[in-house]
Amino acid sequence: MNLLQTIAVVLDSTVRLSIPLICAAMAGLWSEKAGVVDIGLEGKMLIAAFAAAVAAHVSGSAWAGLGAGILASVALALLHGFAAITWRGNQIVSGVAVNMLAAGLAVVLGNAWYGQGGRTPPLDGAARFGELALPFAQGARTHVPGLGLIYDEVISGHAAPAYLAFACVLATAFLLKRTRFGLRIRAVGENPAAVDAAGISVAGLRYAAVAICGLLCGLGGTYLAVAQSAGFLPQMTAGRGFIALAAVIFANWRPWRALGACLLFGLLDAVAIRLQGVSLPGIGLVPVEAIQALPYLMTIVLLAGFIGKATPPKASGTPYVKER
Amino acid sequence: MSAAPVALPRWADNALVPLVSAAAALLVAGLVVVGIGENPLEATALLLRGALGSAEGIGFTLYYATNFIFTGLAVAVAFHAGLFNIGGEGQATIAGIGAALACAALSAMPGFLSAAGFLAAPVAILAAAAGGAAYAFIPGWLQAKRGSHVVITTIMLNFVAAALAVYLLREIIGRTGSMQPETPDFPAQVLLTPMHRLLAPLGVRLPATPLNTAFLLALLALVAVWLLIWRTRLGYAIRTVGANPRAAAYAGISPAAVTMIAMAISGALAGGLAVNEALGVQHRLVLDFTAGYGFVGIAVALMGRGHPVGVGLAALLFGVLYQGGAELSFDKPTITRDMVVVIGGVLILFAGALDGLFRKLVAGVLGRGGMG
Repeated sequence: MNLLQTIAVVLDSTVRLSIPLICAAMAGLWSEKAGVVDIGLEGKMLIAAFAAAVAAHVSGSAWAGLGAGILASVALALLHGFAAITWRGNQIVSGVAVNMLAAGLAVVLGNAWYGQGGRTPPLDGAARFGELALPFAQGARTHVPGLGLIYDEVISGHAAPAYLAFACVLATAFLLKRTRFGLRIRAVGENPAAVDAAGISVAGLRYAAVAICGLLCGLGGTYLAVAQSAGFLPQMTAGRGFIALAAVIFANWRPWRALGACLLFGLLDAVAIRLQGVSLPGIGLVPVEAIQALPYLMTIVLLAGFIGKATPPKASGTPYVKER
Repeated sequence: MSAAPVALPRWADNALVPLVSAAAALLVAGLVVVGIGENPLEATALLLRGALGSAEGIGFTLYYATNFIFTGLAVAVAFHAGLFNIGGEGQATIAGIGAALACAALSAMPGFLSAAGFLAAPVAILAAAAGGAAYAFIPGWLQAKRGSHVVITTIMLNFVAAALAVYLLREIIGRTGSMQPETPDFPAQVLLTPMHRLLAPLGVRLPATPLNTAFLLALLALVAVWLLIWRTRLGYAIRTVGANPRAAAYAGISPAAVTMIAMAISGALAGGLAVNEALGVQHRLVLDFTAGYGFVGIAVALMGRGHPVGVGLAALLFGVLYQGGAELSFDKPTITRDMVVVIGGVLILFAGALDGLFRKLVAGVLGRGGMG
């Protein structure tokens, strides 16, 4: 395998590994932009992965899986909203609850229904999202040197939710930046009192943002179980929801930068997998764990203000109390 | 936490509200049991018999409760300073590494072990506490001096600790020639005495269970935390900073110093998990020994209202659920012990995030404030 091909393969797995991160990061962005801190991205993706795998198995349709995944995730998101918005509860506490609830419920139900320690039966055929070949991918590979290979390996050949995920980044950036709705969402995260004074419902906007957050986590979780893997495994999100949270902070709560951060963290993951057990000249056996810990360490360093500065939306984390 | 919307008498606030939310959480779990086609009353009976129906069951229950006392206290102490320490898992992991390093050092000193073996266990326990404290001090320092939110940094540090543990156990302190990521067995002098052996000379015959002297340490920690929080100058400073950092600063208390100290104490308490598991039961450090106890500690602290008495009772409840759940899953394979995680999650939601709802419910029942 020549160098170009190696690079193409690594970039391809970078994209694959980034998709759940991208979905969850966009989800976190919506919630936090509206002033609702969400550390329950992990749990929502996990419950979505479980619901999607079960629905896809029962119905034999991957799209039905996506629907179920989104429903389950939105339900948890609304629960978070109920606690955080309606009852002005502690948003961190509620997020922890969502994560634990999802981790427990998925395994309890999965084990009760299938008796395989929480795993769901393997999916195949139409129950799983297949790889979509973009037009001319094969032709470009043979006729266009270099770029053709990249097009075929890296850009073409992903599952439908992967392309949806990229569309969601575009939609998130556009909606938040260029529409009235987006402006209101951002306003409610910076200065909810002003939004309230303008006669717009703070709770309504926050619920909308939280529901969108659930939808996006649903997409990410579904991708994990029904496209990347062929079924649900306990703890299959493996901290991706938290890496996405890190990506949002790293990107200073901006959609395109968050996409970049997710791709960077995906690349680190891809490189770590590639270097597993590989001995490099001068370094020796690469400590893969160091690469895996890098996203978390980078976020800590960033948060500490050693490089750049992280400025979250002003009202994020604080419940809105109407003045009386 | 958010400001109290309804006024309740103290006994209702401290005892009734947690009880009601715990009952509601168990009710939800019962509904899940119904949902998977089992009889919740039968399941409850099996669970209680498994946890409390025999001396062996009680031993296991108290052994699990030991873990929850430590992790619950860790969360509670940070709560009093207004800090939310989600890093119990990571701090316990590093505490375990600290204990393992101390054991490795002690193993290399056979002379010391044979001459002053009685000092070995305290050294290992202190090493665990120091490891946990140091690892919690980092987010405390970052919060106090650099303004990074302790919630985010402790989450991130959990993953860093996990990665570090994998690397160390595989490459540095792991058992050579073993496929399992675990350390060699600790020297016999550092191990904590099992309760059944401790009490045997007194004529008390107990079945062999993992319950060990770490349980006594946990009880001691409950008393120590009560003394610390309500009977010392430092505890007063911690509570003041937790209630209002600006007022504390005005009163001459340094919120930065209190933040760092409270986090370090919190981490040292989380280290108790490593003491019970590594020094008390497994007698070596194994990967992922924290097994989610750190997160359940959040539920314990919330349900216990941050008070040692409450934490002790909540830890006991989760001990019953853990041990009973294990027995239950023997008889009813469809109900796995992950049900406890569900209950923990629902309890965190009810006793923590939906506290306002439950306070209002209780107020309504008591005829104060009313509904709506």
